[in-house]
Amino acid sequence: MTTQTILPVESEALRALSESNNEPGWLTEQRLEALKLASELALPKLEKQKIERWSISEYGTYKADAAISSLEEVPSSIKELVQDQAEGSLVIQRNSGAVYSKLSTDLAAQGVIFTDLATAVREHADLVKPYLNTAVKADEHSIAALHAALWNGGVFLYVPKNVNIEVPLQAVLLTDDASATFAPHVLVVAEANSSVTYVDNYVSGELSAPVFHNGVVEVFVKSGAKVRFATVHQLNVNVTDVSFRRAVLENDSSIEWIVGEMNNGDTASNTMSVLKGNGSTSDSKVIAVGSGSQKINYTTEARHFGKNTPSQMITRAVMREEASAIINGITKIEKGATRADGQQTEKVLMLSPKARGDANPILLIDEDDVTAGHAASVGQVNAEQIHYLMSRGINRTDAERLIIYGFLAPVVADIPLEALRTQLQSLIEKKLGQ
Amino acid sequence: MTTNFVIEGLKATIEGKEILKGINLEMKGGEIHAIMGPNGTGKSTLASALMGHPKYEVTDGTVTLDGEDVLDMAVDERARAGLFLAMQYPSEIAGVTNSDFLRSAINARRGEGNEISLIKFIRQMEGKMKELDMNPEFAHRYLNEGFSGGEKKRNEILQMMLLDPKIVVLDEIDSGLDIDALKIVAEGVNAMKSEDRGFLIITHYQRLLNYITPDYVHVMMQGRIVKSGGPELAQRLEAEGYDWVKAELGITDETVGQEA
Repeated sequence: MTTQTILPVESEALRALSESNNEPGWLTEQRLEALKLASELALPKLEKQKIERWSISEYGTYKADAAISSLEEVPSSIKELVQDQAEGSLVIQRNSGAVYSKLSTDLAAQGVIFTDLATAVREHADLVKPYLNTAVKADEHSIAALHAALWNGGVFLYVPKNVNIEVPLQAVLLTDDASATFAPHVLVVAEANSSVTYVDNYVSGELSAPVFHNGVVEVFVKSGAKVRFATVHQLNVNVTDVSFRRAVLENDSSIEWIVGEMNNGDTASNTMSVLKGNGSTSDSKVIAVGSGSQKINYTTEARHFGKNTPSQMITRAVMREEASAIINGITKIEKGATRADGQQTEKVLMLSPKARGDANPILLIDEDDVTAGHAASVGQVNAEQIHYLMSRGINRTDAERLIIYGFLAPVVADIPLEALRTQLQSLIEKKLGQ
Repeated sequence: MTTNFVIEGLKATIEGKEILKGINLEMKGGEIHAIMGPNGTGKSTLASALMGHPKYEVTDGTVTLDGEDVLDMAVDERARAGLFLAMQYPSEIAGVTNSDFLRSAINARRGEGNEISLIKFIRQMEGKMKELDMNPEFAHRYLNEGFSGGEKKRNEILQMMLLDPKIVVLDEIDSGLDIDALKIVAEGVNAMKSEDRGFLIITHYQRLLNYITPDYVHVMMQGRIVKSGGPELAQRLEAEGYDWVKAELGITDETVGQEA
């Protein structure tokens, strides 16, 4: 297939970079192979939107920022996010590499690994190599290939068998230099019967030029393990964000995705659970607010291979100004996945006549003995509801605000982490311009 | 100064069709007025037009509350000026709890800097809910969502009690209520009777008026008040229906297009 993919880097330069970062030979080869694929593959297809028109070529070059020794030194753009984290487990990436990484001694003693992925490939290759780029594969499309070629910094979280972690582990991924490549890769491996909660924030500082974030998340949930993965993207209008998140679930394991899409720039994200094992479960919640002239494409996806596999997907999005969103839910039940149950809901609330929303529930079912359901709605703020609230003395602005929060509230209220819930509330307020 | 609510020559249209053809009515604090009439005569349109529903266009006439021009006010201003409409079909609003809504409404009325304290609000709300025999869990349910018809009507009365309005319009508050709920709602209204407050009760059955005694009864037909009297008028309507009124006035079709 011929495409016009212009590679952001020459293979010799990529090899030299990999070597100068002391990466293992297998990884250097993997990167070079992916770069070659990138030149051959097409872009991913977005439903009803043309990603080729987005700013997706601003990769910049690899730039390592100086490490910081204490949280006092973090840039002001992320200060608030990390202020209470001095004692907790935290990884911070700034531009192309990690600048801070800390794991509580207690967790380290239990064999937990929590560090940036660039360090992990050197120190824990045996645990990284079997998983890296196996859930989101380089040969899927040119963006995935370029990610595999260029990923940097990132997060590696490894939870050994039977280890249950109560306190959330956190990461902050910051882009504040427009000339630097920002392509973090988050890899989570939860061994059998372990449990963990991970929360990250994608943040941008002041940027003088466009930045393309090409990010991948891979989560491997082994038998009986439970992973709760929460991610909040709050990148500014200069950043185009394309993120592929994927979890692979073994027998009786579970994943809970909580995604806060609060970017100000064009965004395409795909959050997928592959329910491989029997009895595995997936639950995803996506809360989104679009504003300005953002182009947005959110997909949640559940692929059922195992028997007795329930999946639940909920997306609620508010679109204001001229934001335009395509929201897809895809439930795919493979032959043999008997007693699978796939449920999905996508709802879009539009606040202005220029906002656009499109919800597409898609059920693809190749097995008879299953249950599945979907609900989708796209609509404006209801004039009767506004009238009702105003008839009680509430002014129009407050009436609209009550209805908008009310629209998001049932999903926000369901978020099990209080700090995250509060943070999302304030981000929602900010994005709604209040 | 006692409340004074005056409607003069009120005309209103919906989608260009005239439904109200000149309503005249004067109410004072302490008075209870009932507007009765068969379906389709414009009763609910009157209620909606007074509150300022965007579907209705007022084409002529004036409405004043204590001398203030009501028709010149936005819907929320009318409410803050003291007008309250218990709606026939209250909206359901998911995600907004009943108590959050009630507190927003009370605070809107009280104004910035004068918000009600949370403790005081909860005490008031719980007290009134008890009077209306409402399950306390309704405070935390989403506004009217999944409420039965009767529960919605009680919730309207709860709002009336907490907002302490000057003029209360009850639009078919008795529809969908069983007799026990009807008594509770009537008790709620009676408990709110005061020298400063006027009630306009819109109904097409007399049964509510067994529990709330009106001072004045008006019959509406063809978008006008065609007959007025005291409580004995309601009793005669209950006993004999509306045909004698039509005969007396030479009306064959009492309706005025759609009842909305």
